[in-house]
Amino acid sequence: MTTNSPVTDTATEERRTADGVEVIRDHQHTVEIVSDSGEGAQKCGQIFGAMSAKMGNGVWTVEIIPAEIQPPARSPAGASGIRIRFGTDEITNWGNRTNVCVAFNEQVLRARHVLDALEEDAILLVENMWKDHRDEDIRAEWVTAMDELSDSGYRIIEVPMEEQCLTVVDNPRKGKNMFALGLLCWIFDRDMDLARDQIAHAFRTKSEEVYETNVKLLDLGYSWADENLDFRVDVPTHRAAEDMVVMNGNQALAFGAVAAGMELAAMYPITPATSVSHQLGEMFHSFGGIVHQAEDEIAAAGVSIGASYSGKVAFTITSGPGLALKTEFLGLAIMTEIPLVVIDVQRGGPSTGLPTKVEQSDLIAAIFGQPGDAPHVVMAPATIAGCFHSMITARRIAETFRTVVIVLTDANLATGVQPFPRPSLDPAWMGSRPDMSPVPEGKRPYEWDPKTGLSQRFIPGQPGGMHTLTGLAHDEESRIAYASAVNQRASAMRSRKLAVLQSTLRPPKVNGPDSGDLLVVGWGSTKGAIEEAVENMRAEGLAVSSLQIRFLSPLEPGLKEIFQRFRKVMTVEINYSDDPGDPFITDENRRRGQLAWLLRANTLVDVDCWTRVLGEPLRPGVIEDVIRAHMPKGGAA
Amino acid sequence: MSAHSCSLLYPVEDDHEYTMSDYEDLQPRWCPGCGDLSVLTAAQRLLAAEQLKPEETVFVSGIGCSSRFPHYVNSYGFHGLHGRALPVATGIKLNRPDLHVFVVMGDGDCTSIGAAHWLHATRYNVDMVALMMDNNIYGLTKKQTSPTTPMGYKSNTQPLGSYLPALNPIEATLGVSNASFVAQTAEWMPAHLYATLQAAYQHKGFAFVRILQRCPVFTGDLYKDAVRNPDMIEMLEHPDGVEVPELHQIYDNVNRHDPRNIEAARELAEKVDRIRVGVFFRDESRPRYEETRHLPLHTTDEKIGILNQELDKYAV
Repeated sequence: MTTNSPVTDTATEERRTADGVEVIRDHQHTVEIVSDSGEGAQKCGQIFGAMSAKMGNGVWTVEIIPAEIQPPARSPAGASGIRIRFGTDEITNWGNRTNVCVAFNEQVLRARHVLDALEEDAILLVENMWKDHRDEDIRAEWVTAMDELSDSGYRIIEVPMEEQCLTVVDNPRKGKNMFALGLLCWIFDRDMDLARDQIAHAFRTKSEEVYETNVKLLDLGYSWADENLDFRVDVPTHRAAEDMVVMNGNQALAFGAVAAGMELAAMYPITPATSVSHQLGEMFHSFGGIVHQAEDEIAAAGVSIGASYSGKVAFTITSGPGLALKTEFLGLAIMTEIPLVVIDVQRGGPSTGLPTKVEQSDLIAAIFGQPGDAPHVVMAPATIAGCFHSMITARRIAETFRTVVIVLTDANLATGVQPFPRPSLDPAWMGSRPDMSPVPEGKRPYEWDPKTGLSQRFIPGQPGGMHTLTGLAHDEESRIAYASAVNQRASAMRSRKLAVLQSTLRPPKVNGPDSGDLLVVGWGSTKGAIEEAVENMRAEGLAVSSLQIRFLSPLEPGLKEIFQRFRKVMTVEINYSDDPGDPFITDENRRRGQLAWLLRANTLVDVDCWTRVLGEPLRPGVIEDVIRAHMPKGGAA
Repeated sequence: MSAHSCSLLYPVEDDHEYTMSDYEDLQPRWCPGCGDLSVLTAAQRLLAAEQLKPEETVFVSGIGCSSRFPHYVNSYGFHGLHGRALPVATGIKLNRPDLHVFVVMGDGDCTSIGAAHWLHATRYNVDMVALMMDNNIYGLTKKQTSPTTPMGYKSNTQPLGSYLPALNPIEATLGVSNASFVAQTAEWMPAHLYATLQAAYQHKGFAFVRILQRCPVFTGDLYKDAVRNPDMIEMLEHPDGVEVPELHQIYDNVNRHDPRNIEAARELAEKVDRIRVGVFFRDESRPRYEETRHLPLHTTDEKIGILNQELDKYAV
């Protein structure tokens, strides 16, 4: 065991107990487990995150997923893992760097080092079986990597994971993760009963024997740590006053969909959206709904539209490439005013892009993707709780306004686990069964209220409501429009609905003072990181506030007025933009962040932006640097 | 589909006797002599014969000449996207098995842009009638080659003649696992057309009917010989398929083909010596997707109870 210099962080206090075990007390800590793909690091981290939440810590987890199921072993690019940031208070993002990292080989650990993911004084627990491996090349790789890591200020602890696990299982590849969980449970003094409960939940579809083996490995890790480690970390817990639940964003979307009364989801497998349907598949079995895995993305849109047309609002689940394929069908639903909810769990793009990584690059496509004028609603939850509640709002808006609602989340929310107040389920969220009473004579299928553009839809089975819905331009009677004025009027009616929806929205709330030098505007999953950075910068005396936009189409009201109270407005986003100063880039040809683009067009305010597409969530520390660099020069506002 | 199923959602009085004219809507705007017109008449005759309530009947179509069909039927209609009628119809039936669903597609719609859905809808075997109105050409866009255009036949996109052997939709459908009803008929044989539509409607499962038809503007010559020479036609007849004895005077090539026999069906589908009409294959025992997926629905209160139990598993 190598022990480097003790941890010295201003945020931590430490003390040494009688038995020589150093206890590091910290109000928040970040842990990573990294391995080759298929070694279960994520399962270990998910359990650790969930139990920490259950013990009363604020938690945020982020999964590190290579694109392949089984990339080459011991390769930095194949590093698979999970980061868990947890603290005494609420945690809203993945933070900056990791304090404790458990690695199943030195190559994946090195990958994290190279990516600057490790705190300068991080404690690294690394499997040491590679040191004496029979393959000479591997032994050499170990030496090189460990030399490199030792040159930094890390405290490196070698752990004989393989050797230990072999006492319980024949194939430690399938067991090290629970041993690692045991290590972490000892280090962070977790409740072992809770750990066993979580293991039981995680392996609920497996045999009792599998559970027993995993618990043995857990206990083994715990006792090895007890005998061999000389430090523990205390992140005080305090139970929330209200009941909480803990899950990831995709699970929250599934729960929200059920709570919103939706009974049919049609989808086609696509990363990182698919796990919404896994959750639904389990839940719908008891609720009586259907997850239809269609033959392709287009059919998934078609089936959900057919279902919506004939009754309750249905939904489809996808990610960028799938959204592109569904484009024509979304245009049809908008044109024919069939309510529909679309979940787009964004990933890196364009094309196949970065399937497992976070990006916010679908915004413009989500709003303007359909050829022709196709006004519809686009909203973006920013938290795990937001994923749940947005489904209820989305279903209600889709139905009330007879339109398509796209809910944009991203890979960060998809696998991010966070506790949130347990929703108190309301029957009203589920909506009512469609009205199937006879349609009064003379009532027309698109009887647009000229003021609002709203009309009542007729559902098959309703006597007297027979009409043929068509994607061709049509009039109030759903008859094909041969006169040009009809199309102008119908377009106006469909567009007006968005203005009406906007009139019901409240102006967004500024985080921090509602005037100042700089306003940072974000949308979606960046909320936590942006707000943490802005609060830290305010603590340093900068007049900076932030704003997270939830409705992107229609945009929330009052933005221009808010923007005018700041000397400078900029967006921070996870999509591509040209940096000023890049070759050939001028103020006129600069391609800006997607939200910045929208805000400039809608407010005529000179909104600046800073965006990155690094395939990882934004770190608050990086945003702090951005804020410092973008503070307007000169005196205060 | 059963003839008189009541809507579960709304009780309806059953005393009205529907006639063909009850199913008429707008005046068709197809060209004079278009094969679509005889299909429309046959369909309206079927609706009246089966006394289907217009409000419980949905015609779903794609894009093309034939896809204007729903506009001319007094029922619910869904005139959607090119090639995508089948997914929409599948969604309707998954949500509302009580509705009578008819899908109307052209050859380009079904066998080209929507080919994937055709294959999978056959496999889902959802209870509906799928009419593939095959005039061997793209009509609405003015004479482009379709997958079923005969090899060598000239079009605006292939002026030297189609380069590929024509796709055989019957053969292809018979090749799909879980196919349950595969039939072919011709627009110029109205009695046979009607009998086939009726058999398709009465079949429980996905009933695929290819209707051979002439486009008087672009492919008027294609079936000229077949129309004039009944010897080119062979009728597949069986009590389990269709039987049209009144046509025997004209068409004396009658093949007593048992539609349970998939091997014989495939052999017949492959042959090009004659045009075969009738039911090639039928098996009502194949699983139907909307029944396989059916689960009892719950009340809002029950759902909240179940959802709360689910949430308990994630409680802190």
